[in-house]
Amino acid sequence: MTTAAAPTHARRPDPMTPVPHRVIERRRETHDTVTLRLAPTGSALPPFRPGQFTMLLAPGVGEVPISVSGDPTATDGVLEQTIRVVGAVTRALTGTPVGGVVGARGPYGTEWDVPSARGGDLVLVGGGCGLAPLRPALLEALAHRAHYRRVVAVLGARDPENLVFADQMARWRRRADVEVHVTVDRAGPDWPGRVDLVTAPLAETALEPARTVALLCGPEVMIRRCAALLLDRGVPATRVRVSLERNMKCGIGHCGHCQLGPLLLCRDGPVVPYSAAAPQLAVREL
Amino acid sequence: MTDRVAVIDHSALVELVGLLHAEGYVVVGPTLRENAIVLAELDDGDDLVSGWGVDTEAGRYRVVRRADDAVFAHSAGPQSWKSFLHPARRRLLSTDTSDGDLTVEPEPEPSRRMAFLGVRPCDLVAIGVLDRVLAGGRYPDPGYTARRDGVLVIVANCTEPGATCFCVSMGGGPRAPAGFDLALTERVDDAGHRFLVEVGSAAGEELLAALPHRAATDADLRVADDDLADAAEHMGRAMPEVDLRALLVDSRESPHWAEVASRCLACGNCTMVCPTCFCTTTEEVTDLTGEHGERWQRWSSCFDLDFSYLHGGEVRTSRQSRYRQWMTHKLSTWYDQFGSSGCVGCGRCIVWCPVGIDITEEAASLTALASREVGT
Repeated sequence: MTTAAAPTHARRPDPMTPVPHRVIERRRETHDTVTLRLAPTGSALPPFRPGQFTMLLAPGVGEVPISVSGDPTATDGVLEQTIRVVGAVTRALTGTPVGGVVGARGPYGTEWDVPSARGGDLVLVGGGCGLAPLRPALLEALAHRAHYRRVVAVLGARDPENLVFADQMARWRRRADVEVHVTVDRAGPDWPGRVDLVTAPLAETALEPARTVALLCGPEVMIRRCAALLLDRGVPATRVRVSLERNMKCGIGHCGHCQLGPLLLCRDGPVVPYSAAAPQLAVREL
Repeated sequence: MTDRVAVIDHSALVELVGLLHAEGYVVVGPTLRENAIVLAELDDGDDLVSGWGVDTEAGRYRVVRRADDAVFAHSAGPQSWKSFLHPARRRLLSTDTSDGDLTVEPEPEPSRRMAFLGVRPCDLVAIGVLDRVLAGGRYPDPGYTARRDGVLVIVANCTEPGATCFCVSMGGGPRAPAGFDLALTERVDDAGHRFLVEVGSAAGEELLAALPHRAATDADLRVADDDLADAAEHMGRAMPEVDLRALLVDSRESPHWAEVASRCLACGNCTMVCPTCFCTTTEEVTDLTGEHGERWQRWSSCFDLDFSYLHGGEVRTSRQSRYRQWMTHKLSTWYDQFGSSGCVGCGRCIVWCPVGIDITEEAASLTALASREVGT
């Protein structure tokens, strides 16, 4: 019997079903942040683009959205995810030992669109754990370095103990073709680096504003201040991109939790042009 | 071939339920339970409510005995078809880590087809809204599509809208123009108790052919047209005739939200009864070993404090921000996200609000405040 009223949808794999992965490496970044390298035990997830996230499942505990922090040019199907302990699920995920299993779905959401900066300057500003989704963007730019003019990374944290990717940062700083500024909000006397907000080096960096693409990720207050500064310097709001975060239960636009005004951040974000984000970030408790 | 428009009597309607059962459908329709008209699975046609109407107002719902035995002379009850297409609670999957590997077993989707008997035009629009949200994007929800695909829709056009109804001002109306297998328009008068039946699909045509019926006369058609035109003129409520989508975005910082919040209990009733509110959360359940887990999905509400929880705290801590989120989403940002309004004008949120907050009144207040602002 056929009906006119009812639609018929093609059967597809369940987007809510996590794909099993095994932890093959566990790197402690800071006292509360760990990077896991996850190898699929069966078929791998589709390749990710810098800025996208996955839903990671700690079996029996729960599922949370986590940005992919790995190398987008790698083809081994291994997921690299940097996770800060903020609750029960992230505690279980970061506590998963090498050989342990987790689930992953995705990748989901919008990307930084690093190639759109080709021919111009690329600026990345990351605060704290906000470096995690920026790392793939930087790795992608460095893999195609000749396409970009200046590549500038401004990386900050509350204090030296909260800086992630320390080894990698040291390597980036030795390169002549990328300008790396590392600052911390506060530090003891043994910190040899700069003590400042990330806005300070950002204000000093040589840029050609009209040909700059800036990618920002970190606390919302940092994002707002850095964006304001870049706009002040003449970077168009459409070329400033920010990665935003809200509660997510599904990652695929069905649970409603990640709304920020008109945006469903799992679908229309996490990477959003500042021109679209600014009106939403200006309203309290939106 | 049968006629595209016919007339059946009450006994044929009862017979229709048996016919649908014989076709293998789970039949869901309005029944009287605990002083409310609720949608429930029908064992037979006699389970259908008969001779009851409703009296609704903001914060008030009463069933009322009617002088006749009309089946569909009542406006929206506490439930909607959402309960059957997007259940309040369902298991998504089971996990097992007992052998050191992770095995994920998705929940099998239901395979029994449902027939919805007595779908109101507003609720038919609401099903279309849910279709766009849960099945229209890049990742259709397989639980939703498994339930939705093959649903047989029998509309009951509204001849007696309630005091809290405002479908007309949301662009709908008491008559469903399309999207059904059969559409019924009920009439009880000296000439008897009967239903004008419009056929909307081949399946509907086959059903009608199997029922005792007669061809509709011009007089039958005229009576139904008049009754439904009359119903459209008798909506108990109306939204202000302004661009609601713009109004809500422009009213983000309105002082009116604080005033609503002084009455709102943040109980979430409006979101539970709303036929389009789709938000869910997930819960994990494990056995004592922790090796066998289940993920459950259940409805959640943007009025819950932890709905917006982000590490470190909630985004929407104040009640006014949560009411603003709900109403703005419903009337405005829904367009941005899913291409239509999220409100169909069924009036359930008004009826089931324990303090009688009325979305049409709040929209009117925001309109008045906005025009005052423009005036100064």
